Amino acid sequence: MPWSPPVTMAPMADTPDADSTPALRTLSLTKRFGEVVAVEEVSLEVRRGEFLGVLGPSGCGKTTLLRLVAGFERPDAGGIEIDGRVMTGPRRHLPPEERRVGMVFQESALFPHLDVAGNVGFGLPRRSRAARVAELVALVGLAGLQHRMPHELSGGQQQRVALARALAPDPALILLDEPFNSLDATLRSQLRVEVREILRSAGATTLFVTHDQGEALEISDRVAVMRAGRIEQLSTPSELYLRPVNRFVASFVGEANLLRGEVRHGEVMTLAGRFRAANGTLADGVRAEVLLRPEQLHMLPVARLSSPPRPESVLRIVRRVFHGSEVHHVLRSPEGVELEAATSSSATLEIGTEVIVHARAREVPVYPLPGDSAPAA
Amino acid sequence: MVTMASLRAARNRSGARPAAPPAWLVGAGVLIALLGLLPIGYLLVLAGSSEDAIPLLLRERTLGVLLRTLLLAATVTAASVLVGVPIAWLTSRSDLPARRAWTVLTILPLVVPSYVGGYAVVAAFGPRGALQSLLEPLGVARLPELYGFPGAALTLTLFSFPYVVLSVRGALATIDPAFEEVSRSLGRGPWRTFLGATLPQLRPAITGGALLVALYTLSDFGAVSLLQFDSFTRAIYVQYRASFDPTLAAVLALMLVACTAGVLIAESRLRGRARYHRSGGGATRRASVVRLGAWRWSAAAFCAAVVGLAVVVPVATILFWLGRGIGAGEPIDLVWGAAGNSVLASGLAAVLAVLASIPVAVLAVRHGGVIGATVERATYAGFALPGIVIGLAFVFVAARYVPSIYQTLPLLLVAYLVRFVPEAVGVTRGSLLQVSPRIEEVARTLGRRPGAVLRQVTLPIIRPGLIAGGALVFLTAMKELPTTILLAPTGFDTLAVRIWSATSEGFFARAAPPALLMVLVAAASLWFVLRLERER
Repeated sequence: MPWSPPVTMAPMADTPDADSTPALRTLSLTKRFGEVVAVEEVSLEVRRGEFLGVLGPSGCGKTTLLRLVAGFERPDAGGIEIDGRVMTGPRRHLPPEERRVGMVFQESALFPHLDVAGNVGFGLPRRSRAARVAELVALVGLAGLQHRMPHELSGGQQQRVALARALAPDPALILLDEPFNSLDATLRSQLRVEVREILRSAGATTLFVTHDQGEALEISDRVAVMRAGRIEQLSTPSELYLRPVNRFVASFVGEANLLRGEVRHGEVMTLAGRFRAANGTLADGVRAEVLLRPEQLHMLPVARLSSPPRPESVLRIVRRVFHGSEVHHVLRSPEGVELEAATSSSATLEIGTEVIVHARAREVPVYPLPGDSAPAA
Repeated sequence: MVTMASLRAARNRSGARPAAPPAWLVGAGVLIALLGLLPIGYLLVLAGSSEDAIPLLLRERTLGVLLRTLLLAATVTAASVLVGVPIAWLTSRSDLPARRAWTVLTILPLVVPSYVGGYAVVAAFGPRGALQSLLEPLGVARLPELYGFPGAALTLTLFSFPYVVLSVRGALATIDPAFEEVSRSLGRGPWRTFLGATLPQLRPAITGGALLVALYTLSDFGAVSLLQFDSFTRAIYVQYRASFDPTLAAVLALMLVACTAGVLIAESRLRGRARYHRSGGGATRRASVVRLGAWRWSAAAFCAAVVGLAVVVPVATILFWLGRGIGAGEPIDLVWGAAGNSVLASGLAAVLAVLASIPVAVLAVRHGGVIGATVERATYAGFALPGIVIGLAFVFVAARYVPSIYQTLPLLLVAYLVRFVPEAVGVTRGSLLQVSPRIEEVARTLGRRPGAVLRQVTLPIIRPGLIAGGALVFLTAMKELPTTILLAPTGFDTLAVRIWSATSEGFFARAAPPALLMVLVAAASLWFVLRLERER
């Protein structure tokens, strides 16, 4: 039996503190497949109305996490609450049909034997169906296409129908599993903005899985970066970019220059200068890496310097990558380390130019190198 | 990278084994699987519980049946290879005149049921057959003896050699022509190229086709019974009619199953390895056409002779006797009753087989694991058992435990179900694989229980496949003979039984109308199977 959704989209207020209850909470969620741990000790909260992205390389467990929340998989340990109701816990496992989640998959998975109205109305009780279907079809901008069959729709239209179908019963949570993956690049960036707007105007709470960092950063309120079943960092897109907690997050989110150096007087000495750790203090003698984004690195051609630089800090431009408004210069150090420095497209330097680099930032994320706290020489 | 790869593998695996299947699904699947295992199980119990089983097994007569069966299978297989390989090569690689037409005509005999073939051979070349009655005015009183080994071997070869043609044609289409071109460029002529470069690559395909021919020959009842050759199937039937002691029939049936199982195992081993011989990726070019030159018309004559015997003679014989029968005032309308029975029994069998295929296919495709695989394999047992064995087992079970259903339509339908459910499972499974599991998962999140998802989403989507599977079973069941002979209610004649019994008694004119109808059914089923394959 389909559960009956309330007619309006206002958040349900059946408990006094309904608004402070998170829409989704997972507690130490763990799922193994044989010997492989797909999801390990994942605890996260999604607030009402929030759009939370789960970002990670393929195989990191993000899809399994989504399927656990939806109820398609049963966790080996941990619990799941949706709107404060226990979905999964010790001796309890609600099937997907009782969870009030709406799902949109990578392939639109529309019912091929039903038209647009039939698809959108599938989860609705018969009496309120027609009006609600019309409302939803209009919301996703497909008014007038109600009687098209799925194969008569474009890829983008199919995904919008899938979204309308998921939203129709007013679920507590919308789950998006790489929903833009099967679309081409232009349509993709256009549709993700539209989808975000639709979900915002519907007041929906969303958990969104993707391996595309641009996508995640662009439309999420907060992003959880996953690796090997664990959440490495959960924060706002700008936090992720500016203050990644470790090397993996730093290089997975945006482009990262990790410059090695030794700590002296609390500062890491690198070829781009000396930096203080923004994320803690460092003992002298430790070797560490500092994170500098390409736009933080400034190049100075050696030819324009008044005094000759130390030879080990001279880099040569080996490649240029055009990105539209900016150009990335790939630099190579005498030891073969490659760095990237961005300039605006109007201020590029020629390939082969010898430069030194520096950064204006003084406090940057620093990651001590493992097992290297006391260098021998 | 290693951990990421293994994690990915884990996720893929997770897609293949979701939550445990609902109990009702497992129940239905297990029931159908048990039904599939019932015939062989009961025959084993029957033979095992008798002290005579071992002596019977080693009796001279039993061994004689075994030797005769193996001799027949070997002869038919060898003859089919000798006929089938040249035809496959000629129709796919040479400039044979009217190549397209030969391609279809040489596959056509495959769908003619063996008892129709047997009828055609007997009614054409047998004593008092069409040929003799045409030659009688010329003073020919006797034709060479047809009954027994020569007639059985001839009939079975004529109607099973297309297995070799199909298999070899398939291989010829996938072999990279580069091998042959290299051989030619190294100075070998077309003939030495065929022997040295092409034939070795065709070996798996030839063996595969040959094994199918052997399987067909071992399981065949229609041709050997009409041509009175005592191989296993006929011996089992004769034994069953002659005495009420089921032990010897059961022992013979088990020996036959052992033979067919051996062939099937060899075939499945081979199929696993045959993939090796395919050419690699990339666009395969079409092989160049070999010019036959002076041989062109001899090759066409060879094809014409084969098609003449396997297609023209049966059709001409049926028409000849149809004309004779009408001339002699043979009532044709008798055939409609039998046709009605055929349609009724086959139609019900088709519905049952499709319904039964659903839980089996869903378990196998969606849930997999030990239960799914076991249930699916058990239902395939029906595929491996010759019809006479299934029929015999159900006769014994019913006579012993539920005499009230012995010789009733429901029992016949149960036997049909066991025999034909593999076909339906194959088609249902194929359509189910086309449906993304995500579609079913979406339906779950929209508030449907697994049963409702099956009813409202999965089944409507695969409905064309279900209908196709049903039609396939219907057409196959129309042609079924041995199970029907053993289990049909008294007086419940089907077309197949009518052809067989009229031919056995020498009433060639009476067998002609149902035989004609059966050829039409066979042609329909060929057309249908071809269409089904094109859609894949």
